[in-house]
Amino acid sequence: MRGFARRERERGDMNPPSNLLDEALGLGHGGAIAALPAGRVVLVEDCVETSGAFVLHHLLKRALSAGEGGGDVLFLALAQPFSHYDRVLRKLGCSLSVQRNNNKLHFFDMLKLEFPGLTGGNDIESGFVGLYSKIQRAIEARRSKEYSRGCITIMIDDLSLLEIAACGSIDCVLDFLYYCISLTAELDCSLVILNHEDIYSSEEAPRFLSHLEYLADIVIKTEPLSTGLSADVHGQVCLLLLNNTIDHFQQRDFQQTWAFNEQNS
Amino acid sequence: MAETICRSLRDGSLEGEQAPALTIKDSLQSPLGSHVFDHFLSTLVSHISAGRSQASGLVLVAFNRSPSFYLDLFKRKGLDASPVDKSFRILDCFSDPLGWKDRLVDSASAEKSILKDSATVFKNVRDVNKLSSSILDLGNGFIGEGKVRFAVAIDLVSNMLRHVSLPSVAGLLNNLRSNDRISCIFWLIHSDLHEPRASAALEYISTMVASLEPMMQSSDGQKTSGSLLWLEENSRKAKFHVRLKRRNGRVKLLYEELHMEQAEIRFEAASSVKTIVDQNLLPRVQFNLQLSDKERADRSNVVLPFEHQGNGEAIQIYDGRRSLSEGQKDPHLMQPSAFSHKMDAQSNNDKGEIHYIRDSDDERPDSDEDPDDDLDI
Repeated sequence: MRGFARRERERGDMNPPSNLLDEALGLGHGGAIAALPAGRVVLVEDCVETSGAFVLHHLLKRALSAGEGGGDVLFLALAQPFSHYDRVLRKLGCSLSVQRNNNKLHFFDMLKLEFPGLTGGNDIESGFVGLYSKIQRAIEARRSKEYSRGCITIMIDDLSLLEIAACGSIDCVLDFLYYCISLTAELDCSLVILNHEDIYSSEEAPRFLSHLEYLADIVIKTEPLSTGLSADVHGQVCLLLLNNTIDHFQQRDFQQTWAFNEQNS
Repeated sequence: MAETICRSLRDGSLEGEQAPALTIKDSLQSPLGSHVFDHFLSTLVSHISAGRSQASGLVLVAFNRSPSFYLDLFKRKGLDASPVDKSFRILDCFSDPLGWKDRLVDSASAEKSILKDSATVFKNVRDVNKLSSSILDLGNGFIGEGKVRFAVAIDLVSNMLRHVSLPSVAGLLNNLRSNDRISCIFWLIHSDLHEPRASAALEYISTMVASLEPMMQSSDGQKTSGSLLWLEENSRKAKFHVRLKRRNGRVKLLYEELHMEQAEIRFEAASSVKTIVDQNLLPRVQFNLQLSDKERADRSNVVLPFEHQGNGEAIQIYDGRRSLSEGQKDPHLMQPSAFSHKMDAQSNNDKGEIHYIRDSDDERPDSDEDPDDDLDI
């Protein structure tokens, strides 16, 4: 960590322009709120000791609060119901209900998602094709509106539950991700994925997690403090910028680590 | 070394022989393989556009990045658009590799190809035969004098291996190499996404293997968030190992250092001075295994027994047959006795000393007799 001192930031107080994570991600230049730039793939990796959901909430709020240059959000919710995210974002000063009514937020409630994979792999693939079709149609519908020119952010919370819905078919999950990534190039979208890195077995974990890291431009890892103290309210965020061709990030350090503390559960 | 590879790709194949094949291999520990691939790709396209290569065109099989990325890449490299359009074709396996988008509109044909600028969308990457014929069909479109050859580049074989078995991929690559219209072929693979046999199989069918290794090795073999220096160093630099198989059967091993600066890649001759050494080489134990500066200086000044000084003075080597009493010095000796209880140092205080203390003072000194004295040879 060169040239950066660790600072503690409150989870519930990540307002521009003084947030280090936003600076590192290139959000909020000159005090203006901005969403993730188009074409970016962000992977948030967390663990049992330190949940990374707050990063997702923060990026969700940034995307919905962006000004004229901002876009919409497609949120694939497999972990929590809408009421949970609505409650959390209200504490951050953002009303998901209003955003959904304004068609800026497209919330896919997938708590009970289950692909009919018991009869064979083709059904699982068909399920993912159907899911992808919904996403593409929603994006194309937004793009057809003349006033919608900003970046559309696709968020997945979280990838491990998508794998469960696919009956453990990692290949199908990767195929689906590759198709979502193709949208980042074709339709000016960005992709944010939350994944738990500590739930995979020793045999399958290395390759699947490696696949994800190869796909990502930015990896955000949330971990407990190295001292291990107060793991439930304190932690550290490690940000890895993996794509050297991103001009925006060339002036920045490759990796930065901050400590955070949580005031709101 | 990188120049050697570029020349080999540019010069292409000899009549009646298989085309040169390059494997670029990297891992997450040194993830610069894509940049190396882009470097060789843009260099070869530049040669092709200028008419300096055997190939009249290049077919890129894009699994990992969109066609627009590569067109932007050539613009950033300053390649003229018009010559590039004539000599460059993309088989787009990125946008719709499995034909899902066709199923969105309930299309009856899952293998319909849409010509879009210089990119042809390919929608069934699981059909290796169809993939091979599509590559050759695109190559047939190049115009040139005499026998027209073209080059083939595959931006990520690792993605192919997700859909197709290793024997099928190896067979495809071998068939392309054996095709007399192929000038050269090269591809990228992420070695940590496959079993070692996959990398080995591809290396067997390659005439050149370029491997990227991290400048700094991590202690536990995996990235950790605490290894900031390790991650940062390996994100911008790498060791570039090249193995070339000559036509006469000889194998040449070359080594360079690779540096990424402002999205541009640069190859340098290996420099031991610039190599960053991992300071944590000593095991972490309770004992102090390190030396202080004074201890290092004293160690360097120690004159070892039987060590030739070469300082112009007469050198005599003590043969160990004569025993010396304690405190007695032989004026002819240049070296301290190895059989004394203590080895006395020279009067010069700058020289180091070796102090030998017996484990037990009651122990009799070793016999001064040469055990071979009784031999009658």
